Amino acid sequence: MSSNADIYHEMIVDYSRHPSNFGKIENPTIQYHDSNPLCGDSIDIFMNVEADKVSDIKFHGRGCAICMACTSVLTEIVKGKSIEDVRKIQKNDVLGELGLENLQAVRIKCALLSLKVLKYGLYSYLASKDANADALKQEASSLY
Amino acid sequence: MQTAISVEQIRKDFPILQRKVRNDKSLVYLDNAATTQKPIQVINAITDFYTNHNSNIHRAVHALAEEATEAYEMTRDKVANFLNIKDRQEIVFVRGTTEAINLVAYAWGRQNIKEGDIIVTTEYEHHSNIVPWQLLTQEKKAKLEYIGIDDNGELILNHLDQFLATGKVKLVAVSQMSNVLGTITDVATIIAKCKKAGVRVLIDGAQSVPHMKVDLGMMDCDFFAFSGHKMLGPTGVGVLWAKKELLEQMAPFHGGGDMIREVHKYETTWNDLPYKFEAGTPNIADVIGFAAAIDYLNNLGMDYVRAHEIEITKYALEQLSKINGLKLYGTPDMTKRGGVISFNFADIHPHDLATIIDEDGIAIRSGHHCAQVLMEKLDIAATSRASFYIYNTKEEVDVLINSLARAARLFKL
Repeated sequence: MSSNADIYHEMIVDYSRHPSNFGKIENPTIQYHDSNPLCGDSIDIFMNVEADKVSDIKFHGRGCAICMACTSVLTEIVKGKSIEDVRKIQKNDVLGELGLENLQAVRIKCALLSLKVLKYGLYSYLASKDANADALKQEASSLY
Repeated sequence: MQTAISVEQIRKDFPILQRKVRNDKSLVYLDNAATTQKPIQVINAITDFYTNHNSNIHRAVHALAEEATEAYEMTRDKVANFLNIKDRQEIVFVRGTTEAINLVAYAWGRQNIKEGDIIVTTEYEHHSNIVPWQLLTQEKKAKLEYIGIDDNGELILNHLDQFLATGKVKLVAVSQMSNVLGTITDVATIIAKCKKAGVRVLIDGAQSVPHMKVDLGMMDCDFFAFSGHKMLGPTGVGVLWAKKELLEQMAPFHGGGDMIREVHKYETTWNDLPYKFEAGTPNIADVIGFAAAIDYLNNLGMDYVRAHEIEITKYALEQLSKINGLKLYGTPDMTKRGGVISFNFADIHPHDLATIIDEDGIAIRSGHHCAQVLMEKLDIAATSRASFYIYNTKEEVDVLINSLARAARLFKL
């Protein structure tokens, strides 16, 4: 298991200062917000969907370096993907990019807040269109 | 009784301070505002109760019940002595400060707060001294107002004057020490102003009672709440003190066993004070453990506790203020602050900082400290907080300072 200090490698620190896809989208197709009541991390995700593809994604909010880095990576993964592919994103797809697979339990919520927001956001978009949308809601609530 | 005791001797009483954490690092426990560690005397008292005296209290006539009841009630006398409370019937055991304040909001508030009334609290309160009043004022269509804080983290008492001048204030609820800024509230002035206006005062003593001499005989507030676990005692024990006349007028909080005199099918009469407010089997073992915590502090003397914390906080403030990019919150005046230091270090988020220095065995708190109203006021999401107690040393402050330097390197500050 990696030690705490190993978490703070260059990529994480860089992302925390220069997050990817940081900003807002006016009138997005999907918008969702959530926060972690224990630490105050707060994330809004905005997505535009065109022809069943996420044509643009941005996020806004504030959080620790882990939260900002993971949200950045998540938006990079999502951008340009089909809705079907975005649905399949799992937590290790994000954690793996940053070497955080063994993140300690108390910090995992920082890393996965944005994935939770993404899954809830997709659910809100698909709820009326897709009979299987409930699975997204369940995945979101069971992330941490 | 004052003793010339050394910190080294005190540390020997705390088994947990001997353990190693993370990569074989000595534990540096600086999260005392959240909860303190427990001396062996408290741990032994709880073990002894369960090993030798375990019984329910107040009703059975057997030997164990008698011993348990006696030990439980003796704690009430120790609390009375510790805080200079004349009447032991005014001491109600609860789970903690939060429950004590909720008890007042429910049992006193619902009877006495009406539409248009004002309850005043402050911008540096813990959520436990805000949310119960929000619930009450919303239910009663009353208003909640806040005494603001200045740049030093001290209350702007003019705000209180303005609220009192409306003639609508029924209660002022304020903490005696901020859990984030460490500011010591001038409760004497606040209580004097409120008495003059005929307004009730609740003091949240969660951060003050563990760290300084508190004399409720002198203070003349109406309600006072604090927790045992922040002063060497077990979790799950707290005290509500209130003037007897108020406790007598108040409706019960919880209904059930022990709080009744007679129960009939459709009506019940209440037990005497304080049992009217202690429904159900209380936290007997931990109340008895709490007595050992009070004994421990009495043995040191609260003047010693306060002097030690002033010394260590002063040293920590001096060292921290030398670090470039480190922002300290609260007043530099040690006569007005306790052993709590909130800070932010450049653009490192407090959670990241806490994780990094945890690697060196240091336990600090990071986050909003259940004081989001204050965070909003300071326009920050969170702070890091180091808080001290009787067993902390200057060497531990040095470990913190060195660890902050490591964090600075990781974040390329």
